[in-house]
Amino acid sequence: MTMAGTNGSPVTFLEAIRQAMFEEMERDPAVVVLGEDVGVYGGAFKTSEGLLERFGWERVIDTPISESAIIGAACGMSYLGLRPICEMQFIDFIVCAFNQITNFVAKGHYLWDAPAPMVIRGPSGGGVHGGPFHSANPEMYFVHTPGLKVIYPSTPYDAKGLLKSAVRDNNPVLFFEHKFLYRRIKEELPAEDYTVPIGKAIVRREGRHLTILSYAAMMHTSLEAADALAKEGIEAEVIDLRTLLPLDEETILQSVKKTNKCLVVHEDTRTGGIAGEIAAILCEKAFDDLDGPLLRVTSLDTPVPYAPTLEEAFLPNAKKIFTAARELARY
Amino acid sequence: MKKVLTRQQHLDLYYYMRLNRAVEDTMVKLFRQNKIVGGLYSSLGQEAISVGTAYALEKKDWLAPMIRNIGALLVKGVPPRDIFMQHMAKYDSPTKGKDGTSHFGDLENLHIVSPISMLGDLIPVMAGVAIAGRYLGQKIVSMTWIGDGGSSTGVFHEGLNFAATQKAPFVLILENNLWAYSTPVRRQVPLENLADRAKAYGISSYIVDGNDVADVYSTAREAVDRARAGEGPILIEAKTFRRLGHAQHDPAEYVPKEMRAYWEARDPVERHEKFLMSEKLLDAKGKAEIEKKIETLLAAEREFAENSPFPPPELAEQGVYCTGDDCHKIAPVWERPKSEVMPPKSSVAAVWAVEGFGRGKVSGGANAPIHFGDTPANEPVEESKPVSRAAPKSSTKKLVKAPAPKPAAGRKARR
Repeated sequence: MTMAGTNGSPVTFLEAIRQAMFEEMERDPAVVVLGEDVGVYGGAFKTSEGLLERFGWERVIDTPISESAIIGAACGMSYLGLRPICEMQFIDFIVCAFNQITNFVAKGHYLWDAPAPMVIRGPSGGGVHGGPFHSANPEMYFVHTPGLKVIYPSTPYDAKGLLKSAVRDNNPVLFFEHKFLYRRIKEELPAEDYTVPIGKAIVRREGRHLTILSYAAMMHTSLEAADALAKEGIEAEVIDLRTLLPLDEETILQSVKKTNKCLVVHEDTRTGGIAGEIAAILCEKAFDDLDGPLLRVTSLDTPVPYAPTLEEAFLPNAKKIFTAARELARY
Repeated sequence: MKKVLTRQQHLDLYYYMRLNRAVEDTMVKLFRQNKIVGGLYSSLGQEAISVGTAYALEKKDWLAPMIRNIGALLVKGVPPRDIFMQHMAKYDSPTKGKDGTSHFGDLENLHIVSPISMLGDLIPVMAGVAIAGRYLGQKIVSMTWIGDGGSSTGVFHEGLNFAATQKAPFVLILENNLWAYSTPVRRQVPLENLADRAKAYGISSYIVDGNDVADVYSTAREAVDRARAGEGPILIEAKTFRRLGHAQHDPAEYVPKEMRAYWEARDPVERHEKFLMSEKLLDAKGKAEIEKKIETLLAAEREFAENSPFPPPELAEQGVYCTGDDCHKIAPVWERPKSEVMPPKSSVAAVWAVEGFGRGKVSGGANAPIHFGDTPANEPVEESKPVSRAAPKSSTKKLVKAPAPKPAAGRKARR
């Protein structure tokens, strides 16, 4: 049998996610996968490719187009000790199950000691001309919901390790996969089992002049901007948040207390994005350390438009980040 | 074939209906004494449904009540004190005061899933319970209830449709009490019989007189047996009437007096009592004994509930997440060999077979086209820039790796 990753060859972001599901299902028969077209077709993005063939009809369930039923059923399954992974074919459709997630799944442990170990994952984000209903970043609806955990990784290594952590976690975990990254980045992964802890940010690039906080596809764009900034003598520290709920305040504060300036970059729209929450945290806990205003580079406060020219205007890019960072560095 | 009831079964049904009514009568008193923190919802006149359906379940089976299914909880084994304390927001209640009414559950022992106020949500949840039970080889049945009003929600459709496609061992009781808050059933559902909804899902259904406990029980029992045998979900419409308002605050003046009188004359408890007396299954002495038993029980349960304190304020911030190992004690209980669901036994040909047309081919492959997000021609796949990360943990455990996706068969990848 041909094995991926064992010969040291790099794998895509997409393949890292597939491997995580495959290995978790291999490790634990309580892990099942359900969603639209996840079985025979292997998922609209092929993230569940080969799972049905190996694990069979009972563990890889092709469902009707019924997001509330997928989430509800997964929750019920978790009550008997299963660990379901639900796929939202596009994460945009997660809002069809908003009530089930926010009212039933998220509140269960607090209200009646009913933990619901389940993962809800799916392709998110723009930049691929998916239009207003196939490009969403709905993470903040859920970051505002106590009882959920929200992960949004940026590298194949993290995607695999965090998805494994999510499956093993005893709480409902939302796992956002930026589809722009699916086949655009590759990374060599360890041959052995590993996990990445939920709730821990990571410093991707060290710097002393300002901190750039980002996640998912924008983390790569931020690194690109940091390269350009370095050429002008501005050393940006780039932090990948990785988990949005719970947010790793410690890593954020540690960096900002060192650089005294903070820029938040996210592909989510501006109002109500995580940047606002981070601004509040910094005001509460690092006010005296700040030498400048918290700035943010985000998408526009509009739906995600379809035409390439419009989507480009909508999304943050390295140039916008560079400009904002340079302005912040002047303080 | 419908089951003929034994004397003991008839008496059990009578006892639980009387208990159900007495528990609710006690709560009306508590409500009038201002001891109930929030609203109080009544199942007066609908006791035969809660009791008769839940009585058809086995101990290992799962149920999820609605707000008017106190009787089902009592049959499943919930002590009345828990119901009192839930309504009184007491610290010793199952939710420790974090939620009220029948909004509580017990995953480990009684197999009860807590309801929420958004109607219909429990239908896919209990479908999931049923599917998980079947997967583990447990031969359980799951049951939940919905009203005439709740049957119009989107998730009712999603849940029942999904359960039907999966042939889940699931029984749904549709309590048609003719009123959804203040709106009569005719303004909600353009059907004479709500059981007809089952046709849309290709599943079996029954219509029962919801005020005849023996009929409710024997029908539910038949449905539970059929679901357990693998026939798929079954819908039972129980026709009844909501005798009081939506909750205590609602005098329900919108209900015609004559309608109320019609149904009061068909009280399920009195009706069953009359039947037991006429069949000589119960006499005045037996009835008095049951009444005494309930009175004594509820006096003690009520006293316990009243003596329980409110929760301490610091509890408000606790328990949002399951942290540590002791908050999740649910290990799957396998009643079939695990090997059946593990490779190589679990492995199948991943193709659809369409009756009369043969089989499709395996789709996919490493370079198969994917929905948006494919790599554009001018943007070759490249390795990501080196990123710092924690050193991977070493592990000695043998890890089976995912086989590489097969090369795309018979077509070119979109590049």
